[in-house]
Amino acid sequence: MKKFRFNRSQLCIPYAIFLIFFVIAPLIVIVYYAFTNGQGQFTFNNLTGFFANPNILGTLLYSFTLAIVTTLVCLIIAYPTAYILARSNFKKKYVLLLLFILPMWINFTLRITALKEILSVLEGNISEYPFLNSVIGMTFDFLPFMILPLYTSLLKLDKNLLEAASDLGANKFTVFLRVTLPLSVPGIISGITMVLLPSMTNYVVLDMLYNSTYIMGSLIGSYFSAYDWNNGSMISLILLIIIFIVTLVTNRFSDKDANNRGAVL
Amino acid sequence: MKDCANIIELIGVRKVFDDETVAVDNFNLEVKKGEFVTFLGPSGCGKTTTLRMIAGFDIPTSGKILLNGEDISNLPPNKRPVNTVFQKYALFPHLNVYENIAFGLRLKKVENTYVNDAGQTYKKVQKLSKTEIDKKIKTALEIVDLEGFEKRSVSTLSGGQQQRIAIARAIVNEPEILLLDEPLGALDLKMRKEMQIELKKMHERLGITFIYVTHDQEEALTMSDKIVVINDGEIQQIGTPTEIYNEPINTFVADFIGESNIFNGTVVGKLKVKFCGASFDCLDDYEINQLVDVVVRPEDIKICKPGEGQLKGKVISSVFKGVHYETTVEIGKFEIVIQSTRTAELGSIIGLRIEPDGIHLMEKVYTVNKYDGVITKTNTVEFGDGEFECDVTQLYKNSTLDEEGYLITESGEKLDLTGTEVTVEVDTHDILMTDDEEAGGAQGNIISMIYKGDHYRYIVRTEENEEDYVLSCPDLWNTGDLVGIIIPKEKIKLTLKLTEENK
Repeated sequence: MKKFRFNRSQLCIPYAIFLIFFVIAPLIVIVYYAFTNGQGQFTFNNLTGFFANPNILGTLLYSFTLAIVTTLVCLIIAYPTAYILARSNFKKKYVLLLLFILPMWINFTLRITALKEILSVLEGNISEYPFLNSVIGMTFDFLPFMILPLYTSLLKLDKNLLEAASDLGANKFTVFLRVTLPLSVPGIISGITMVLLPSMTNYVVLDMLYNSTYIMGSLIGSYFSAYDWNNGSMISLILLIIIFIVTLVTNRFSDKDANNRGAVL
Repeated sequence: MKDCANIIELIGVRKVFDDETVAVDNFNLEVKKGEFVTFLGPSGCGKTTTLRMIAGFDIPTSGKILLNGEDISNLPPNKRPVNTVFQKYALFPHLNVYENIAFGLRLKKVENTYVNDAGQTYKKVQKLSKTEIDKKIKTALEIVDLEGFEKRSVSTLSGGQQQRIAIARAIVNEPEILLLDEPLGALDLKMRKEMQIELKKMHERLGITFIYVTHDQEEALTMSDKIVVINDGEIQQIGTPTEIYNEPINTFVADFIGESNIFNGTVVGKLKVKFCGASFDCLDDYEINQLVDVVVRPEDIKICKPGEGQLKGKVISSVFKGVHYETTVEIGKFEIVIQSTRTAELGSIIGLRIEPDGIHLMEKVYTVNKYDGVITKTNTVEFGDGEFECDVTQLYKNSTLDEEGYLITESGEKLDLTGTEVTVEVDTHDILMTDDEEAGGAQGNIISMIYKGDHYRYIVRTEENEEDYVLSCPDLWNTGDLVGIIIPKEKIKLTLKLTEENK
């Protein structure tokens, strides 16, 4: 009998099993449902229906707006924070960093419920500000995902480069604009990727904040809960393709800085 | 107007870091325009810190840095007309070669004079034009011999090329002083030699003042007009390469620059010094009985027939080094290294001759007496022809002695210290002399006394092995007195010698 020999390629067996059952198989099922009708016959109706339905397109647009605004807010809060954390000699900075990551260790439901209570106190009737609350909720949820990649890329930034820039005559602002900022682009890109995409679909936050507005995630959920698997699958598939395209575009951006690709998580 | 021949002057510069380590202390230096000055010293000696203070990255704790007579100590780096070539190049990875070199030029503003329609001249401060920048970059790339590299990404360049770009990026701004922080440290030997020659040429061609930091003594000797030898944050010696090599001011410099044989010697007469058990003529004039460090360069020792030179010894090693042989000769308990085109057979007895100009004497600076000692059965220590009581528990942290005289370590291990070799250190002012020569741990004659303002410095030499005790004492004794040496138990500092076992 041939003796069993350990082979490095055998290490990927667990992942291969996972991949087949939880990624490839569901994807095939989605594609199957997307291109069939209730009777199981092949059809393009679901596809044409998607673009013919102003409600769906409106939701798509709304989701995009919400996601982009959330990402921008996250970026505006996260960049200065990450910059201070990475650059300062402040001795307690690890404590500060921990405080930003700590919410991630607290149960999501608990966090959002707490947020809801706070918003109720501040706003009174929270259902009056659906968009604002969605942005606040998602920012609250996704902020650490923006801070971490930014922090990593700013931390990695060679201090010599900053000294070289000021040695060559740049004042502090110019050093930031011409060296720090361009070199943290990979961090920005990966931060954006990690916030933009989930915030298009994470409707649980909205639901929990008693939000009546629909985003893509809630739309798909509503189709599935009405047992319309075919249309639900088609919307999922289109969303998947959109996300794929967005990822391609952002990766192209960070590829320009091949040297710093390490920062992309 | 102030004398501007000195482009940069450091006056009493001191730098203490946050953790209270003194990096640079009492640093006084004048650099003339167009000089090639090298800061030379071992790593951690403060040479880079000094350079960073000149560049503006670090601010001196005290003291002044004058540029053309003006105090620039507190100016930020971007306001100083100096540029730095960094050790690890520090090229901007997101910019190509052209943009890297253009970085400083794009930020520069110059005053241009124009004539308007009415024929009046007026001045305008503006940025450099595209064509001016192009021209300057082209020239800079020519200087570093990398024409046509403008569009290349810096990550595609080799180490040597990156180094050249870093130099181009600095010199394109036409700084008054170019600072180079071990710029060749990351290059291989051959590349380094080439770059040394090129840097030297560049210096001659550009006429800019270069301040160069290195720990490589050969590099310093090859390139510099002036070498500043630094150790422990303080300047040891400033001089031309020839001066530094031929007339080192102390044993540190002698040891750091080139190879040296260093011996303890005593001046025994007018221009006569005794070391290695023989007496030599020398050129340095010191008082009789002055203790000195004697430095002899390996190439200043001539091999001759036994009996012909001042010294006679046995060859214990001979290694061919390409141009010369490196021969090690054992003379009694001393070893001497010789570099010569001649050598002798292993084990043979040869004579050695040293000419007076090959012998360099330096006054010994004493703060502590250092001896090799051995712990005895009764937990005393033997050194310097004597036996002294001491506290052996200091050799191991938190150890104690039991009633039988064994040492119990912190972990409860029982040790017999008999025969343990230790290094003994005693401060010069912790040694006392007594009339009763039997009372002390050792006995000797006072061979030298020097009045030092408020106290005398005595040297007491034992008869048996001629061991010396250097001590300070305010009372007057006479040379030649036989005295006993007393050292209080708690003043004897012991450290374990590093043997193979506990290294």
